[in-house]
Amino acid sequence: MPNGITLDKKGHLKSRTAMSDTMLLLTITVVVFFVMYFSAVLFLGGGFAKTQNFLNILNNNASLIVLSVGMSIVMITGGIDISVGGVTCLVCMVSAVNLEQHGGNLLTVVLISLGIGLAFGVVQGFLVAYLEIQPFIVSLAGMFFAKGMTTIVSKEPVRVTNEAFLAVKDTRIYVPGLGSYNKLGEYIPAYVEVGVVVALLVVVVLFCVLRWTKLGRNFYAVGGNNQSANMLGINVKRTKFMAHLLCSMLAGLGGLLYFLHVGSGDVANAAGDEMNAIASSIIGGTLLTGGVGNVVGTLFGVLSLNTIKRIVSSLGFDEAWWSNITVAAMLCLFLVVQSIVLLRKNKKK
Amino acid sequence: MQEGAVLEMRGICKYFPGVRALQDVDFTLREGEIHALMGENGAGKSTLIKVLTGVYPKDGGEIRIKGVDGAVSIHSPQDAQNAGISTVYQEITLCPNLTVAENMYIGRTKGNLTNWKEINKGAAKILETLGIPASPRQQLGACSIAVQQMVAIARAVDMDCKVLILDEPTSSLDEQEVEKLFGLMRDLKAKGVGIIFVTHFLDQVYEVCDRITVLRDGGLVGEYVIEDLPRVRLVSKMLGKELDDMADIKKDVCTAEVSVDGVPVLEAEGLSSSAGIKPFDFSIRKGEVNGLTGLLGSGRSECVRAIFGADHVTAGTVKMNGKPVKISKPLDAMKHGIGYLPEDRKGDGIVGDLSVRENIILALQVMKGFFRPFSRAQAEAFADEYIKLLEIKTASSDTPVKSLSGGNQQKVILARWLLTNPQYLILDEPTRGIDIGTKVEIQKLVLKLASEGKSVTFISSEIDEMLRTCSRLVVMRDRKAVGELSGENLTQSQIMATIAGGDESCQ
Amino acid sequence: MPVIVKEPKEQVKKPQESFWKRMTRHQLFIPLAALALLVLFNLIADPSFFAVSIKQNSLGNPVLSGNIISVLDNASELVLLAIGMTLVTASSGGQDISVGATMAIAGSVILRMVCGGQVSADSPCMPILLAVLIGIFVSMAFGAFNGALVAYFKIQPMVATLIMFTAGRSIAAWINNNELPIMNDVSFKYAGTFLPGIPVPTPIFITIFMVIVFWALLKFTNLGLYTQAVGINANSSHLNGLNPQMIKLLTYMILGACVAVAGFIRVSRSGSINYSRIAENIEMDAILAVALGGNSLSGGKFNIYGSIIGAYVIQFLTTTLYKYEVPSTALPAYKAVVVIILVVLSAPVVREKLSHMKRTAGKTVKEAT
Repeated sequence: MPNGITLDKKGHLKSRTAMSDTMLLLTITVVVFFVMYFSAVLFLGGGFAKTQNFLNILNNNASLIVLSVGMSIVMITGGIDISVGGVTCLVCMVSAVNLEQHGGNLLTVVLISLGIGLAFGVVQGFLVAYLEIQPFIVSLAGMFFAKGMTTIVSKEPVRVTNEAFLAVKDTRIYVPGLGSYNKLGEYIPAYVEVGVVVALLVVVVLFCVLRWTKLGRNFYAVGGNNQSANMLGINVKRTKFMAHLLCSMLAGLGGLLYFLHVGSGDVANAAGDEMNAIASSIIGGTLLTGGVGNVVGTLFGVLSLNTIKRIVSSLGFDEAWWSNITVAAMLCLFLVVQSIVLLRKNKKK
Repeated sequence: MQEGAVLEMRGICKYFPGVRALQDVDFTLREGEIHALMGENGAGKSTLIKVLTGVYPKDGGEIRIKGVDGAVSIHSPQDAQNAGISTVYQEITLCPNLTVAENMYIGRTKGNLTNWKEINKGAAKILETLGIPASPRQQLGACSIAVQQMVAIARAVDMDCKVLILDEPTSSLDEQEVEKLFGLMRDLKAKGVGIIFVTHFLDQVYEVCDRITVLRDGGLVGEYVIEDLPRVRLVSKMLGKELDDMADIKKDVCTAEVSVDGVPVLEAEGLSSSAGIKPFDFSIRKGEVNGLTGLLGSGRSECVRAIFGADHVTAGTVKMNGKPVKISKPLDAMKHGIGYLPEDRKGDGIVGDLSVRENIILALQVMKGFFRPFSRAQAEAFADEYIKLLEIKTASSDTPVKSLSGGNQQKVILARWLLTNPQYLILDEPTRGIDIGTKVEIQKLVLKLASEGKSVTFISSEIDEMLRTCSRLVVMRDRKAVGELSGENLTQSQIMATIAGGDESCQ
Repeated sequence: MPVIVKEPKEQVKKPQESFWKRMTRHQLFIPLAALALLVLFNLIADPSFFAVSIKQNSLGNPVLSGNIISVLDNASELVLLAIGMTLVTASSGGQDISVGATMAIAGSVILRMVCGGQVSADSPCMPILLAVLIGIFVSMAFGAFNGALVAYFKIQPMVATLIMFTAGRSIAAWINNNELPIMNDVSFKYAGTFLPGIPVPTPIFITIFMVIVFWALLKFTNLGLYTQAVGINANSSHLNGLNPQMIKLLTYMILGACVAVAGFIRVSRSGSINYSRIAENIEMDAILAVALGGNSLSGGKFNIYGSIIGAYVIQFLTTTLYKYEVPSTALPAYKAVVVIILVVLSAPVVREKLSHMKRTAGKTVKEAT
């Protein structure tokens, strides 16, 4: 601001314009992840060097990736959705009950997941976008509702025995060229679960949506400044509605993937996943103030979060509480780094 | 519709709590004309424009646009855009997190995909023709305010519009940029676009406009062809009374009383701050009004902010009445009897949701201390006193200050500082974006304060205003004080020369 | 940044408003109406809900018992949290979602101190008041941590407090060394149950005391003005001599103190602590109380009494649901529905629409006659 227009003319315009906030934060995330993972391989060796162990991070967190990506989209528009964990839990329970007690099949399970996601999305999106109620309150009620409904459906865990379902659940997709040899010299191919493929597909599709579609760009505009976006001729309400709808649909899909991974409905499913999703998004470079973020960053956020958990436990801190404290410390570190980077950047201007 | 009209508004009404913002206003814009919309602050100009662009819903009346049968209904800025109305608002209404190119195209492209190559190319072309020093790929937030405003203008101009609305677009532009804008406006006019131009600068009105519509207190005063309405009459139409001539205010009224010797009220040496101001010296005497001038961004505001302790002071000493004092935060300055009316009224001045009363007593209350709040009766007495004294137009002292018009908000902030009874008052652009009537009131007030023995530093972009009020002028350029003018050197041409950088003329 | 002032339209047409309109627009209307509705529902459904009787407690003392007493008693922690949360919301425009976790920490500290590090103790190892003061101190330190992240690092409050939300109960587990300490001495339970010879639960007295403290704070200091000014416009507050960072930090520390007192009441009720479950989801209730009280969750102007009433409404609702034998695990679903109805009714957009409908309806009636 202190520079008038005339100063800019002489200045080194190109070099100063290099990075947008989104790119800057994405770069930090990716660099941190690789540094962390490679130092783990170097110093802790063993487990971390095995491809399968890396792929297992994906296998265990396919659902979280989808949830986090949805969370990122809502956060980019400047909102938040803390109902995603609850929706995941509800989807698992209803699907399990449907398969076991009502003779459902794979198709009904898919329809149930997306249907629940759609229902939450429509209601929450409407309340947030058109009635202008704070997203935190709306999705808080959404979370309560989902968790309450889960116990109403069934308090007891429901294990799935449906064969077609178990067949899909146990399908392993082997990744060529990434296997390893065991002590006997046998080649053990590395594999991922079906969910991982779906999750990565979601990341790719949403990356394209955010980058090239009108809707995707409108998300950023609304998050950057919703009054300006309105003046620029963007339908802010519809955009916010779509963001919440998309997030809840992804939560439904995430629920399906979670169900596919654990194969049971349980009230304790996905406990705290809304916070994991928020943490992953933030570590991945999404700002809760809106307008800045990237789903690829979010993917790395999920990976970083789970890598650090494993590093801590392999360092010998394996009491349950260390895991949470680690996540919190990681979150704290990233928040402070982001805050310092952005504050300094703004000051320079 | 009238022959040749592109836009007709009939009987527009709009109400806000306790205020009739617009009452039966008619407005006609013809093809290929530049039409000034004039009026004091709170006269309803911005409201009329926001009704026209769908930001506020109207409570009555109808709008017709050329090429559309019957009244059009405009419920959102989108509708307005689709109807061929494009707008540049007073505040910058772009998204700081998007790139320059995206800001120029978002919300108005066909199709569902963004073709980055194309919009970057298109934006680069427009930026080049308009000479805007920005790259299409640059994040908008990284540009200066002036560039951002030019981008907003570029966006509006590039739309294939029938009606272009410019609501105070020039307040953050320098002279060159304003000239560029005027050139642009004339081109569009030649193409048959109707332009509505809102500004507080009378010079600019007479430079480019064909017609003037005057509003007062939410009502229509009349529509005039520019030749029929000389300046003085325009001003009196806006004020609704014959202007007690501004020439009444003569600077020699105040300069006479300034003692040349004696200890300065405030004396700063080698002051510099984290906001990037180069070390500067500054002094002011009792009863003196001095001014800081220079282009926007020349460091005027940073200078006074350093004196007030608003930015982190990195070096230098300050003496008050000869004694060294330490001012490291605003509270220190306030305790030494300094008051500061900031440049950005909305961002730094008012506390929007609080009442007029709370806004007025805020500074004094903070000085009095955390554990000693004023009683309600006491606070009310203070507020009522200053509402009366400065003629602040407000429904009551309980009204949230944000619902007042700009000029009245400014008066509230003035009241806040006057209540602390400062010995030295810094006024940073106190008259920007407010109407002529209030401007004159504020200028008079400044001189009155000086005659009561208070010292005032006055910052303004309008040299006329500075000449009327100040006895000494410090000129800033590139964050440095480059000259000081007083006495017979204090003329328009001298000031211009110093601002522009004619080194031979000063020092 | 452009500020578009959205004015409630119902104020517009008539400067002279009816009593009804002024009342419905008052900030306390929604929480009071919700309370009235709940009372009415219970009166109609089963008036015995309001019965208060005298029973013998486990120590053989006569004490008051009944749903109303239990509402007043059980709401105590929530009221304290809602008060602190209101201040935090006002100054920083965000909420502290770590209050439940911090309650677990404060409770653990107090109990651990009183038990002297033993798993089970029969008499307090240090004066209870001293332990409580230490608990308050620790809790305020955690509040300061949150506040510092918010004020000095400019991190959004909900995100900043997400850190303690995630780590808090684990820290409590670490403090307790993974044990569940029990305090058997009766005097420790006075604060959470009954004082000997007094039939009214002690938490009610503590709550009244704290409400008076805050009433006095708001009346005899500038806490209210300062927090609101900072919450509405931090830049402007800075230029008026305030230190916005300090004030934000202060509100988080005040919330810390409230949390510690609430944590003390909670551990004192049973003389033990289950740190992974204690005060679960209470942060959500506290935030709801603030919102129900008509306070904007984006900060600025506040009314602390609205939040207090909001807290009682929530507890009233909980108790009512329990009475109708809604299982505690399903409770959230019902609460969610009620909450959504309340916030929808109090949403400015909806209120505007409703009053618009009423106006047009009134107009047609007039035209017809």
